[in-house]
Amino acid sequence: MNQAEPIITVSSLEKSFKGLRVLKGVGFTINKGSIFAMLGSNGAGKTTTVKILSTLIKPDGGKAEICGYDVVRQSMKVCEHISLTGQYAAVDEALTGRENLRMIGALHHLPDRNEKADELLEAFNLVDAGGRLVSTYSGGMRRRLDLAMSLLGNPAVIFLDEPTTGLDPQSRLAMWKTIKSLANAGTTVFLTTQYLEEAEQLADRIAILHDGVIVAEGTPGALKKRIPQGTIELTFYNEGEIEKACDLLKEYQVNKYMEMLTITIMTDGSVKQLTDILNHINNAGISVSGFTQKLPTLEEVFLKLVNDKEEER
Amino acid sequence: MKDSIRIERAVLDVATMFKRCLLLSLRSLDALFTSIAQPILLMLLFVYVFGGAVDVGGMSYVNYIVPGVILQCIGQCATTTAISINNDMKRGIIDRFRSMPIAKSSVLTGHALSAVVRNIVTTSLVIGLALLIGFRPAAGIVQWFIIIGILLLFMLAITWISIIFGLIANSAESASSFAVVTIVLPYLSSGFVTTETMPAALRVFAENQPMTPIIETIRSLLMNATMDANFLPAIMWCVGMLVVAYIGAVMIYQHKAS
Repeated sequence: MNQAEPIITVSSLEKSFKGLRVLKGVGFTINKGSIFAMLGSNGAGKTTTVKILSTLIKPDGGKAEICGYDVVRQSMKVCEHISLTGQYAAVDEALTGRENLRMIGALHHLPDRNEKADELLEAFNLVDAGGRLVSTYSGGMRRRLDLAMSLLGNPAVIFLDEPTTGLDPQSRLAMWKTIKSLANAGTTVFLTTQYLEEAEQLADRIAILHDGVIVAEGTPGALKKRIPQGTIELTFYNEGEIEKACDLLKEYQVNKYMEMLTITIMTDGSVKQLTDILNHINNAGISVSGFTQKLPTLEEVFLKLVNDKEEER
Repeated sequence: MKDSIRIERAVLDVATMFKRCLLLSLRSLDALFTSIAQPILLMLLFVYVFGGAVDVGGMSYVNYIVPGVILQCIGQCATTTAISINNDMKRGIIDRFRSMPIAKSSVLTGHALSAVVRNIVTTSLVIGLALLIGFRPAAGIVQWFIIIGILLLFMLAITWISIIFGLIANSAESASSFAVVTIVLPYLSSGFVTTETMPAALRVFAENQPMTPIIETIRSLLMNATMDANFLPAIMWCVGMLVVAYIGAVMIYQHKAS
């Protein structure tokens, strides 16, 4: 399989709802068999993008093709190649897990749907729960069933809209494993997420969507270089020691908060930098009353990227 | 050839959706129970509480109200349909169906067909109970066939109207307000009292709304085994409502961005 073969191409996608511009010209290309993560906070336009690509809503402008078919003019063809797992588990609560799978199998006109349903229950660790009503399932079980239902049509592209939102850490890890194995089997995965870590763990490429625009796109490694990896926060006993510490840490970006006797230092997140900073302080005999490490929030990443963009202009 | 495969697939999709909706109905027995209990309780109330005081021109009161009760029963079932359509539209499952390569109308048609099955069950029970409390129809086989035909048309028409309600309602609660229409309209017709007793304005409404010709036709077939002048308007109302509601529902479904 040719890794560089594009399967989804999107250009200058636009969509407004009641005068509010949600997408302001979004474009990207996704290669076959890869995992693409669209990262963004609530209201950034992630779900709208997914809905347009999965033919649920029509764009106001721009163009999107999946497997060579236009999502607007050839929506039925597109439907044959995709599968959508929405933000809310798309399962029938009043049916059992097995009934849900068989129903979707029937809609795909699979002759061996009963066997397929059992195989998927097995693969997604739902054999014991297969005969129970979905209304009795936990959040993690619902998502697993949801994903299993999405795989029945053997789709080339699978859309996962915030697949781990609301899941406990254990279920999240299990979901990540499943998503990776899907891509290994050749399925192209388009996922949206609010979590930086999730995008980094899973994706071959990440696009950061902010306010209807893609502010950055690239491999996790390339993006990492552009965004702050975290800050450490040090608290001291008096102002004199803060001044001393700031002198020592001249090569870093340091913010002082005198009234709280605290400084924050931007780092690249590496152990090397961290030890370097602490060694400087320690060797100078400055006593530290508090130390915390903070991971960058998505907001900080956006602010950084948006600011960078504005500086470029 | 390609078309015949497409039609075959569409029929299979409708069958799958029909099966799904039947299962959903069976799993919400309380809704089914309500749609049976409500018309039955009303019928008992009318026959035993008001029946003695109402003069409907020589006919026994239970014989008089059976058509009206049946229409209310069908209306109550339709409310269940409106609620279940509304539930579907709000949940993720509808997005899955819409993004699958299936006949787009199969979701709604599945609901409509299962609604007809529920209607047949509840209507049969209501007629059965009416027979127990003194309902004595004079209709023969042919009249019964015509009655069943009219009732099926009416069921489909009301069901598709209820589907529109379910599609446009913001919540299951507002979808359930469809019951107000389907329960009250038979009262404002010749279903429970003769329209001559009503005030002039109400009488004009009662005599020109769809329930009256449908009820009159069914009553006349049941009790006198004859078809009167109401037959044609009854059929036209049913077919008209069905066609308009069907087209409306499919259009709303297709244009509604969830």
